[in-house]
Amino acid sequence: MTVLHSAPRFTRIEGLEGTLSRALGDHLVEAREEHGELLFTVRRDSIEDVLRLLRDQHSYQQLMEIAGVDYPSRPERFEVVYMLLSLTLNSRIMVKVTTSEDKPVPTVTTLWPNAGWLEREVFDMFGVLFDGNTDLRRILTDYGFEGHPFRKDFPLTGYQELRYSEDEKRVVYEPVELAQDLRQFDFLSPWEGADYVLPGDEKAQVPPVDEPKTTESAKQTGAGAKADKQAAKSVSAGAPAEEDSAAEGPGPPEPTEDRPDRPEREGKTTDTGAATETDDKKEDGK
Amino acid sequence: MSMQLEKSPTTGDEVISNYTINFGPQHPAAHGVLRMVMELDGEIIERIDPHVGLLHRGTEKLIEHKTYLQALPYFDRLDYCSPMCMEHSWVLAIEKLLNVEVPIRAQYLRVLFAELTRIKNHLLNIGAHVMDVGAMTPNLWVFELREDCMNFYERASGARMHAAYFRPGGVHQDVPLKLLTDIGDWVDKRLPELFGDAMSLVIDNRIFKQRNVDIAVVSKEDAIAWGFSGPMIRAAGIPWDLRKSQPYDVYDRMEFDIPVGTNSDCYDRFMVRVKEVYESAKIIKQCLAEMPEGPIASDDRKVSPPKRGEMKQSMEALIHHFKLYTEGFHVPAGEVYVATESPKGEFGVYLVSDGSNKPYRCKIRPTAFSHLQAMDFMARGHMLPDATAILGAIDVVFGECDR
Repeated sequence: MTVLHSAPRFTRIEGLEGTLSRALGDHLVEAREEHGELLFTVRRDSIEDVLRLLRDQHSYQQLMEIAGVDYPSRPERFEVVYMLLSLTLNSRIMVKVTTSEDKPVPTVTTLWPNAGWLEREVFDMFGVLFDGNTDLRRILTDYGFEGHPFRKDFPLTGYQELRYSEDEKRVVYEPVELAQDLRQFDFLSPWEGADYVLPGDEKAQVPPVDEPKTTESAKQTGAGAKADKQAAKSVSAGAPAEEDSAAEGPGPPEPTEDRPDRPEREGKTTDTGAATETDDKKEDGK
Repeated sequence: MSMQLEKSPTTGDEVISNYTINFGPQHPAAHGVLRMVMELDGEIIERIDPHVGLLHRGTEKLIEHKTYLQALPYFDRLDYCSPMCMEHSWVLAIEKLLNVEVPIRAQYLRVLFAELTRIKNHLLNIGAHVMDVGAMTPNLWVFELREDCMNFYERASGARMHAAYFRPGGVHQDVPLKLLTDIGDWVDKRLPELFGDAMSLVIDNRIFKQRNVDIAVVSKEDAIAWGFSGPMIRAAGIPWDLRKSQPYDVYDRMEFDIPVGTNSDCYDRFMVRVKEVYESAKIIKQCLAEMPEGPIASDDRKVSPPKRGEMKQSMEALIHHFKLYTEGFHVPAGEVYVATESPKGEFGVYLVSDGSNKPYRCKIRPTAFSHLQAMDFMARGHMLPDATAILGAIDVVFGECDR
């Protein structure tokens, strides 16, 4: 694929994927290259060895970032992705491991001192445990926060809200109460993978009938002289009495408070036609 | 009055214990909402435990619930001192997944405004840093220049700070010629004059040097191990600049130098930023000189919207516009990590797409995380007032650090 975009161009080393794959040996689960990025999935238990190998023998000196990703449908739902940067080769790679809530990932604070906060963040946001990290406190969320907010099953609104209470003269925590539902506008085309049914579309999914109803003879339709006679009879019982409904039904709404009309604006309205004219027309007018 | 040695009011056998103080979260020198729990021995810092996250807004989670275009303005609000540089990483990450070509004029405009943003950011940091260590005047002078930058922002995008000007596939609007000439005049005359004046007050100032030279010296090895980037790693003597080594947009056409420090102290970090202002001015001049004519956004109508004039004539353009602003565009599945050189260092976006119109996951790499984490290691053994100098030289902004 030809590269059309203008994103940062780091050095592309020929055969790097093969070289590193061979170097990682048994630790490697999968190596792939997509969108110009090299991605190595390795076994969780050997992440520390892998990163040490990459740092010491393949000159990936800097750990720039550790990112967590949540895929709730997978057996091991979390991915922990390590972004490595080589200052000497001018190259970037990503190394990832998979894990779940109860399977800790070995820490890499032994290799890079800045891994401490990065691991704390992944722990805080996803609840991934890091074995050997001695300071695994929460970092971004509030003191005493419960839950792991970046998991896909954590609601966007959260569970708790806080405010300053004038009565108690302190900040109080309360369950989230929304005056109106959080609106999620889903503008995906219904025929391109939206997972909801448009109103009315449920009728399109009627299951097939075993004996289709047919009206081939007059007997089946129920029509004929007898039916005509029946139809000619007046069956209307007339309109219900007015006073009944008025007595039972709720009365008209109370008139609301009088609200004065908005006073007329003092300034003159301006003509905004020019703002919506096309460029071509403007030029014509000149 | 001659100096007198104070007699201790206590007798010799009393044990003086360390005490712990809170620096922040409401402290003008904390550059926002940083709380540092400091363990002091007298006035010597023994240990610092920075508590971040007081400005955490869950940007990454919010982005997962927005389309790619709707997520863009969140980036302005990360590092609100350099908004357009934040957008830069985001649009480049999207473009990398889409593999969409950006017209050359748009690339020049982006580089021009990214460098204007760098000047704007450094001006604020330089001013704040000198004020943290006691000088008042330069801050007021550079704020004047910062105001000019914001005016240029406003003339290009309509907003003084949160521009939302860079868009996937290009920039939002073309700029008028007068704006470009005004930026040129400003870079030629006003910036070097006023900035030079302001800096002449501090660069050789005895007090300023006493507060900054040899404060928080970080070796090259430590700078690499702690994941430093930007002016912090350059001050350590490593000429590492993503604009040079991993050029994006038209940075490979630009001629500029990378200033590096020799001593790796707070003074070097400050001076690297001062020099970078001049280098950015150089890049702006080149952009203005070479600015090509042409479109300012991709003509791929599945990514960037049509012009309003076109919409009045063409039904197809109207449909494209409607679809782009309701459903948004779909990004091919995959994951990329795109990092650009923001004024504060490497600002990265790890973007995971599942092929729909919303990002599956967007992890933002803040520059401040690595730097602030090293605060404990840098400040240990220094005096309490040095903490403000170190913090000023790190250049932290909590919108970005806490996200």
